[in-house]
Amino acid sequence: MKLPIYMDNNATTPVDPRVLEAMMPYFTEHFGNAASRSHSFGWKASDAVEAARGQVAELIGASPREIVFTSGATESDNLAIKGVAEMYAERGNHIITCQTEHKAVLDTCRYLEQHGFDITWLAPDADGRVSAQQVDQAITDKTILVTVMAANNETGATHPIADIGKAVRARDVIFHTDATQAIGKVPIDVQADEIDLLSLSAHKIYGPKGAGALFVRRRDPHVRLAIQMHGGGHERKMRSGTLNVPGIVGLGKACQLAKAEMAKDSARLGQMRDQLEQGIFDGLDFVKRNGSTEHRLPNTANLSFAFVEGEAVMLKVRHFLAVSSGSACTSASLEPSFVLKAMRVPDDLAQTSLRFSLGRFNTPGDIDFVVEKLIAAVKELRDMSPLYEMAMDNENVDKDKWQTWDSGYASYFPADQGGHE
Amino acid sequence: MQYSEKVYDHFNNPRNVGSLDKGSERVGTGIVGAPACGDVLKLQIEVGDDGKIVDAKFKTFGCGSAIAASSLATEWLKGRTVEQANELKNTDIANELSLPPVKVHCSVLAEDAVKAAIDDWKKKQ
Repeated sequence: MKLPIYMDNNATTPVDPRVLEAMMPYFTEHFGNAASRSHSFGWKASDAVEAARGQVAELIGASPREIVFTSGATESDNLAIKGVAEMYAERGNHIITCQTEHKAVLDTCRYLEQHGFDITWLAPDADGRVSAQQVDQAITDKTILVTVMAANNETGATHPIADIGKAVRARDVIFHTDATQAIGKVPIDVQADEIDLLSLSAHKIYGPKGAGALFVRRRDPHVRLAIQMHGGGHERKMRSGTLNVPGIVGLGKACQLAKAEMAKDSARLGQMRDQLEQGIFDGLDFVKRNGSTEHRLPNTANLSFAFVEGEAVMLKVRHFLAVSSGSACTSASLEPSFVLKAMRVPDDLAQTSLRFSLGRFNTPGDIDFVVEKLIAAVKELRDMSPLYEMAMDNENVDKDKWQTWDSGYASYFPADQGGHE
Repeated sequence: MQYSEKVYDHFNNPRNVGSLDKGSERVGTGIVGAPACGDVLKLQIEVGDDGKIVDAKFKTFGCGSAIAASSLATEWLKGRTVEQANELKNTDIANELSLPPVKVHCSVLAEDAVKAAIDDWKKKQ
């Protein structure tokens, strides 16, 4: 067993050996610039790029001509959102998004808000989802774009993308989805789901970092984008810059493997994730799930462990387990997770949250080991926790209703002294 | 977060975890912070008849820095007089633990907890 065990696959994934193998020749052997049209070095590179383009398209049900290669999902999001905003500005200036989107979407929308665009930030329900009805009700005659992610990176919650796509199409508005976390885990079909723009990234599906793509619909409707990267006119002028051939080859191979192995992988991951959750719930009281249990990715579990702070737990298990947390101490901004906040998870619970995101290379043996170490760590930290002590001394705390339990220490922290609400 | 050796030492082997009898006249209890902020420190001192701190205990809800800061604080308090304890500065803790700037507020909380415990003890005298 290689330690620490990696369960942070929503942050990034290791490159699959088969992907690496596919990429290698393009570094030193077939190293040509794909735009060099006059010699075999260029042709070889170009052929590889086009093959990869087909592999990406196939994963999402698109035509290869609708795939634009980028440096990653962040760039794809920027291209999609700014590209539509600038191109369709005469038609309208209203954009609809969701409060739990990735920062690549939120920050781009914030930028546009400062430049004359009107943004609606839809609030998710307590499960972290928005509905097609919510989206439809927010659309006005000035709306030019709806952007809602297919699955959330922190909780794994999946939005009803097909319903949203249908509703948005009926109102003649462009629909973009950041599908970075969803592809390879759940099926996405841009035709069936009526998606017009889709962002994806290689490094979440066992491909290399620095490679991604944007699906840009060419028919019904033909989506046009204002260019964001000017230069030599690569990618049908939509994204200039010499193509990262090895990265693109890796992305293509990763997509091909994802398509072939998704059903099997997802079933296996779902089983292990459930095993992980069951093991934790069996061994500990006062653990709460964050996010939808019915509509979520098979590999993700976001759990709050009451009375112990997230970073402390991660530090305690650092030799055994790699995960991430929604606590303030682990964020650059010293604010707890904005995703959990938008879901109205109380701050004190957000501080105790851990995100487990399993991947292709985890095994059931990993799960048993992690459950054991985690339970021991949480118990140790609870013995050191004043909040646990207060809750245990409080007769009003109901140990059996752990999903909707009251913290049991609220009386110690009156809200007007900056305490827990 | 990559911490200093001393933080890891205190985190792996925290000193003086536990509780004193908060009803006793010899004991001062300080509770500072807020669960919503991810930082709550409970720090207790037991003061002998000669005005020296004979025992100190802590419990902390917080990150590695917060736990290390409170552990270090209790270590320093033992054997000192109440007056000396009142002079403990957060910068002493932050420097000893080489806390990164983003974690310095943990040492501030530890200083606040010490002062709160002393205040509580004084009220009982």
